[in-house]
Amino acid sequence: MNLELFIPELSLGIFALAVILLDLFIKRKGYLVVISLAGLVVSAAFTIAMWGGSSQLIFNNMLAVDGFALFFKLLFLGIAALVILSSVDYVSRFSRFQGEYYALVLLSTLGMMLMAAATELISLYVALELASISLYILVGFLKDSRSIEASLKYLLLGAVASAVLLYGMALIFGVSGKTQLLEIAQTVQTLSLEGVLSSPALILGIVLLVAGFGFKMAVVPFHMWVPDVYEGAPTPITAYLSVASKAAGFAIILRVFFSSFGLPEWLSLNWGLIIAVLSAIGMTWGNVAAIPQVNIKRMLGYSSIAQAGYLMVGLAVVGFSPAGNILGQSTVLFFLACYALTNMGAFIAIIAISDKLRSDQISDYAGMGKRSPIVSLGLTLCLISLIGMPPAAGFMAKFYIFSAAVQHDLLWLVVIAVINSAISAYYYLRVVKVMWLNKPASEEKVPSSGALRLALAISCSGVLLLGIIPGYIMRLAELAARMFT
Amino acid sequence: MEFSYLSTIIFLPAVGAIIIAFVPNLTQRLIRYLAALFTLIPLALSIFLFFVFDRSMGLAGAVQFEEKLAWIGAINANYHLGVDGLSLPLVILMALLGFLVVLISWKIDLRLREYFAWLLLLETSILGVFCALDLLLFFLFWEIEIIPMFFLISIWGSGRKEYSAMKYVVYTLLGSAMMLAGILSFYFTTGSLSLADIAQDRIGSYTAVIPLAAIFFLLFTGFAVKLPVFPLHNWLPDAHTDAPTAVSVVLAGALLKMGGYGMIRLCVTIFPDIARTYAPLLVALAVVSVLYGAAVTLRQKDIKRMIAYSSISHMGYVLLGIFALSQVSLVGASLQMFSHGFITGLLFAMAGLVIHNAGERDLAKFGGLVRQMPVIAVVFSVAGLAALGLPSTSGFAAEFLVFVGSFSSTAVAGIQVYTILAVLGIVITVGYILWMLQRVFYGPALEKFNGTRDADTLEKVTIFTFVAVIMLVGIYPAILTDIIKTGIVPVMSLLGG
Repeated sequence: MNLELFIPELSLGIFALAVILLDLFIKRKGYLVVISLAGLVVSAAFTIAMWGGSSQLIFNNMLAVDGFALFFKLLFLGIAALVILSSVDYVSRFSRFQGEYYALVLLSTLGMMLMAAATELISLYVALELASISLYILVGFLKDSRSIEASLKYLLLGAVASAVLLYGMALIFGVSGKTQLLEIAQTVQTLSLEGVLSSPALILGIVLLVAGFGFKMAVVPFHMWVPDVYEGAPTPITAYLSVASKAAGFAIILRVFFSSFGLPEWLSLNWGLIIAVLSAIGMTWGNVAAIPQVNIKRMLGYSSIAQAGYLMVGLAVVGFSPAGNILGQSTVLFFLACYALTNMGAFIAIIAISDKLRSDQISDYAGMGKRSPIVSLGLTLCLISLIGMPPAAGFMAKFYIFSAAVQHDLLWLVVIAVINSAISAYYYLRVVKVMWLNKPASEEKVPSSGALRLALAISCSGVLLLGIIPGYIMRLAELAARMFT
Repeated sequence: MEFSYLSTIIFLPAVGAIIIAFVPNLTQRLIRYLAALFTLIPLALSIFLFFVFDRSMGLAGAVQFEEKLAWIGAINANYHLGVDGLSLPLVILMALLGFLVVLISWKIDLRLREYFAWLLLLETSILGVFCALDLLLFFLFWEIEIIPMFFLISIWGSGRKEYSAMKYVVYTLLGSAMMLAGILSFYFTTGSLSLADIAQDRIGSYTAVIPLAAIFFLLFTGFAVKLPVFPLHNWLPDAHTDAPTAVSVVLAGALLKMGGYGMIRLCVTIFPDIARTYAPLLVALAVVSVLYGAAVTLRQKDIKRMIAYSSISHMGYVLLGIFALSQVSLVGASLQMFSHGFITGLLFAMAGLVIHNAGERDLAKFGGLVRQMPVIAVVFSVAGLAALGLPSTSGFAAEFLVFVGSFSSTAVAGIQVYTILAVLGIVITVGYILWMLQRVFYGPALEKFNGTRDADTLEKVTIFTFVAVIMLVGIYPAILTDIIKTGIVPVMSLLGG
């Protein structure tokens, strides 16, 4: 037992329980925020302390402690911290259960950290359920009709996705007789094309896995839940869903597909092609469907589907590149870091504005540039980053991921992707236009709280930093992708 | 460590933009002076560079005032700046225009802080394009320009400004999307993003991921949208017509040149063989641009729209000069870019003055304005005559070089016919310029224009500066061609001509 390698997760779990318990005794709920943030910081500190150590497997090879997992753990912890900061004002909407809200955010973060580390199908499934069940509850936290509808929809579709995933895992277990990803790989490597075609269980298993993970990543055609859930959920949770949950989906699909189905080459080329096609459909559909949206949360929902499409370009590169080449992984990691900062920034700005307006309609953002210039500037920067224009992080992320794709004969996909970026400018800039050009409904200022401003400042400076000097994080992503068990 | 001239020139306007945007409690007056200051210093520095630039032919092609820092290790990108004979004139062009448009914008008082912040940011981005020697850096500056333009047109413009701004953005983004695909395949082919290295190595020695011609045309499309080349010119009349005067000046004066500059710097320098193969096609396209642009200009009713269309025709000469692929024609094309920057910049400035002072933009409703605004009438006429290539103006020098160079070029079969066709464009130009001047300034005086002001002192200073540059280059073109030649000679050696 290497319990010391499990300390980041353990400490986060303890803090989550502490939040629930202390909630019973503490009158001023503000302290809960401090405790939750402290939990995240402690966990992050332990994670950073492990960085640079050798890759290890713990708990009978069920969890990996490698650069890849550590990178994702830090990413999730950072996102969770931003979500909690941006929830400080929002939680006043629900007078009770504030402690549970923070605890659930921490628990689902814990689940995602385990997802990134899992190297075995069953622990992977358990981690995924821990993250998902916490999120089902969080989505319904507002308890109004929309929120409950969203929660129910998410729960039902999520349960179906879990079932599909389990079925896929069962089939793969049937073919290989193993649940360890690396042991599965040993069986799969020996298979020949004819052998697989005559008994298609493996192919069916892979397809079902893609479907199950695709639900988490919110890629077309497993995206149906996205707009409704994003609209109904409390906005900080929408942000969390759109960033952390998606990243966790990419973390597991990267690990499973790279570890287990990386060889033989004909297999990885084939799933790479499936991913590439899904990616092309996904980004096109996400962008086209985002154009007519009038609700900004729904619009960002479709935008996140399109962004998942760009991310899948990197995933397809993983399939197309020869075994041992980690360029695809490192571009996905870097893109996820940029996307996380950008989308969090956008949602934080939306929380700041919508919380005062009590409306998510884009038309109500008219004249926001005058009423709340700093927040509007932040939102503008994040939207520009989502388009993929310099000097924001989104540009570097796209450049990096597309350059990897061109190197692996995916120029056709890159052309589709860059045209899509140009299309997306239309709906992102429409929001910018409404904020800066249209006449405000009233001259009243829209103030924002210190916590929100801090969260916005963190994400926006991150977006700029990654857009101008991305070298350091790119190297970190490359290192993380290389330290992969 | 030498003083980083180029970085200072490029980023001072951006620093000014940040100060203007974020320092609280600036008075309007102070904002204007700050904007002027932060464009005047880059101008002074770029003129200094002009004088210390080493013109000797021994140094031909050498990049001067070079700065190089490692930037992003993972994709082998460097922060690499430098100017040669090709880019220095364009840097001076932008720096001078940048200062002049601040003066042109002196009377704006709507959301002044944002206006100057965006204008200065625009200047940084264009200057960056001309100085960048790393493809990623080049593309980064190329893209940054879009957002300031979007705001400048859609907030301070007129007419269908929001439509025009969005059209501009979508066209430009589609163009740069193609360009990005081109840059990526280029990067993968060569493994380098450095413009200097690639030009020496000869791209033909690499095995390309896709046919080299495809990369060439991906890049070309990006530049052709900007130049603009028929049939990708559709955004230009709208953007020009609805943009505020100062933005029209920058747009016509410097932004379009990014396209021509990119063509010489990337398409011709890096793909000389492909450029020669497809030159007949591109030269034909140039002639279509010239004639189509000129013909459409003839029937415009709006004064700004007319000048906008004339730009398409004039940029056709640039395209002709570039792909005629002879040394004289390439020098001519570069000079035409510089010269057109001032001539059309001045035309837009004058049109803006006329519209502002007379409150009218429909050509049919003008008449007899020479009585109310004699100074404007004279300067407008000078600009018009320069546009149609009257000797002693820079327009003559540039177009003459383009025609001579193209006519005598050996690179393209049948170029003489194309050149003669393009020369016909001049005739049409004479037609619309004279007709426009006649409509606006001559004829019976109209009562409604009584009391219309002439240019005030500040405006006179501004427009006389334009005139001075146009005349200076027209009378003594060697002041620029000497420099341009040092940039073109190495391109010619690559072309093997």
